[in-house]
Amino acid sequence: MRPTTRLWQLLAMLLAIAMLAAACGSDDDGGGETAAEEPAAEEPAEEPAAEPAEEPAEEPAEEPAAEAGGGGEMTAVSLQLQWVPQSQFAGYFAARDLGFYEEVGLDVTILDGGVDIVPATVLDSGGADFAISWVPRGLVPREEGLNITNIAQVFQRSGTLQVSFADSGIATVTDLAGTNVGNWGFGNEFELFAGLRANGLDPDGDVTLVQQAFDMTALINGDIDAAQAMTYNEYALVLETVNPDTGELYQPEDLNIIDWNDVGTAMLQDAIWADADRLDDDPAYRDVAVRFVEASLRGWAHCRDNFQECVDVVVAANPPFGGPGHQAWMMNEINALIWPSPGGVGVMDPALWQQTVDIATAEGILAAAPDDGAFRTDIAEEAVANLEAAGIDVFGNDYARIDVEVTEGGN
Amino acid sequence: MTSVTGTADPLVRAQLLREQSARADRRATAGRVTRQVVVFGLFMVAIAAVYISYKAFGAAFDHEQHTWRIIGSYLPRSDDLNMPPIPDIFGALTDPLPGESGSMAGTLFGEALFTLRETVAGFVVGVVLGLTLAIALARSSFLERGLTPYIVASQTIPLIAIAPLVVIWGRKNIDFFPWEWKDWMSVSIIATYLTFFPVAINGLRGLKSPRPENLELMESYAAGWTPTLWRLRFPASLPYLFAAFKLAATASVIGAIVGEISAGVGGGLGRRILSEALRYSTGPGRLYASVAFAALLGIGVFLVITAVEQLVLRSQGRKAIT
Repeated sequence: MRPTTRLWQLLAMLLAIAMLAAACGSDDDGGGETAAEEPAAEEPAEEPAAEPAEEPAEEPAEEPAAEAGGGGEMTAVSLQLQWVPQSQFAGYFAARDLGFYEEVGLDVTILDGGVDIVPATVLDSGGADFAISWVPRGLVPREEGLNITNIAQVFQRSGTLQVSFADSGIATVTDLAGTNVGNWGFGNEFELFAGLRANGLDPDGDVTLVQQAFDMTALINGDIDAAQAMTYNEYALVLETVNPDTGELYQPEDLNIIDWNDVGTAMLQDAIWADADRLDDDPAYRDVAVRFVEASLRGWAHCRDNFQECVDVVVAANPPFGGPGHQAWMMNEINALIWPSPGGVGVMDPALWQQTVDIATAEGILAAAPDDGAFRTDIAEEAVANLEAAGIDVFGNDYARIDVEVTEGGN
Repeated sequence: MTSVTGTADPLVRAQLLREQSARADRRATAGRVTRQVVVFGLFMVAIAAVYISYKAFGAAFDHEQHTWRIIGSYLPRSDDLNMPPIPDIFGALTDPLPGESGSMAGTLFGEALFTLRETVAGFVVGVVLGLTLAIALARSSFLERGLTPYIVASQTIPLIAIAPLVVIWGRKNIDFFPWEWKDWMSVSIIATYLTFFPVAINGLRGLKSPRPENLELMESYAAGWTPTLWRLRFPASLPYLFAAFKLAATASVIGAIVGEISAGVGGGLGRRILSEALRYSTGPGRLYASVAFAALLGIGVFLVITAVEQLVLRSQGRKAIT
């Protein structure tokens, strides 16, 4: 009998320790505010006014449903990003944090992407109301049966580069012959393959393809001669690294870049995608889509004109991914991918759509060209018209990129 | 205090002997812990020495290591980019992260707590689930035959395949709890997925471990299945269970970190490791420091389980299986 009683006492102790540890853990999440939050949850009647005031300060996007009743007719909407918070998504963070979504009656939750998150799948399964995805990565699942559609083509050009060191002598695509060419795979390699073929090189024989990690160490180590890089991210990572030969940061002169926009094999990237079935069946969803696109594009226009404010918004997004210097570089490069937008921001450029589809079918990524429902411009056009009526420049024809100082480690 | 030999009553003698051996046990435990800490420290120094010597060996070839055919092709490169100097790693811990204030160690500590919460929740749920399964399988050989293959098969599904599904599913479908479902709780489910398995398998073995004569004794007392479970099978399974808990606790840390990386859950060591891996070239020391924290968290939960094991098994007057 006795050992068993002792045993139960100890098990109870163990449970208490576990619960204590769990409680300690949750302290971390909300800082000091958890303490105030928990009693409020138990006794909601006590301080109803205090809670809404605290909640947005803590994590504004956390509880869309709970807040919906607060300010009138707010509709809860979620947006699935394709990667972690960074300036690539500054327009959406700006629209959220500067109240543009709120002004059109939307309470937007922004969901972080992850290594294995496929935004198109999340969107189709109802895990989010809208999603950000590159066009090929939206079209492939669409061909496989997900009924999603591109409602706003935000990025008007591609940000993918092939970066090499200047002393390697790789200046053009044909110079890639016989070299180690890095690529990330998983659908990031199509522009490269099309570019090689357009220049008479066979990706399967004339170059050595190397699976590349999402960092630039292999290029710096010399394992890869030409590495895949985004203008706004990995290219900057090289420039933020100290060159051991000089003791200073790598300089743009040290690097050669091949830009697929110049080669003519660029494919469309970040776009806003929506659920096509819901757009057809549910007028309320379509109305929300127009408002969502309008406020998002307003966010992008704001980031064009208020560079530093948007960098600050992104850096404040939890958790920051890369320092403010890196986010500033990215903001500048992202603006250059969006502006100028000759047909209005978010409106599809039919020529680039065709080029994207042509490459995708020629490379065998898509079995056939997608049908007309793969993208629609009515929503973006309506949003752009509303923005124009509000006096917002939706073309950015005189946009010029600014000089951003590169800082070591993106500090 | 009476001397053991000074009393004639055999019951008192037995009790005194037990106390004596318990005291000896405690002394031995203290000695063992001290030795363990010392040996751990010595190994740390030895590993650091190997690391430093290898770097010195590589430095002798300096830049040649990018063209030389041994280092860089057969052996890892030893330059500061690929193997940051140890002071750099500690330096990364004291420096603030880019764009943040406070030391990186402070940030990592907060992130470790975030991951610990997922780990503990996943572990507790996993233990409850594993024990339930173990008891069910021990009770019914029909269930044992039917379910065991599925339990084993569950562990062959790659974690990264289920992690995003669990998080997305959790966001949409789990609204029946009185509290709001957060993404980290989905990560805990992923940790649970790794946790329940060793508990169920080892627990089953432990529940079946009593010798036949002990079971016959219970039968001769006309004890039913439930009293036999609580009085005999469960206490007998404790050493097996604690071995499983140690496996499960470290697996729970892994599950939490992989879940964070895979499913895009903000916060935690997983996100930190991913972030530092991506910008590795701009600060190699930061990635090493982040991984070291993950290792410390794993060692920490292992030690906690070991301490509880010592307490519980000593109260039972038994020894852990090692």
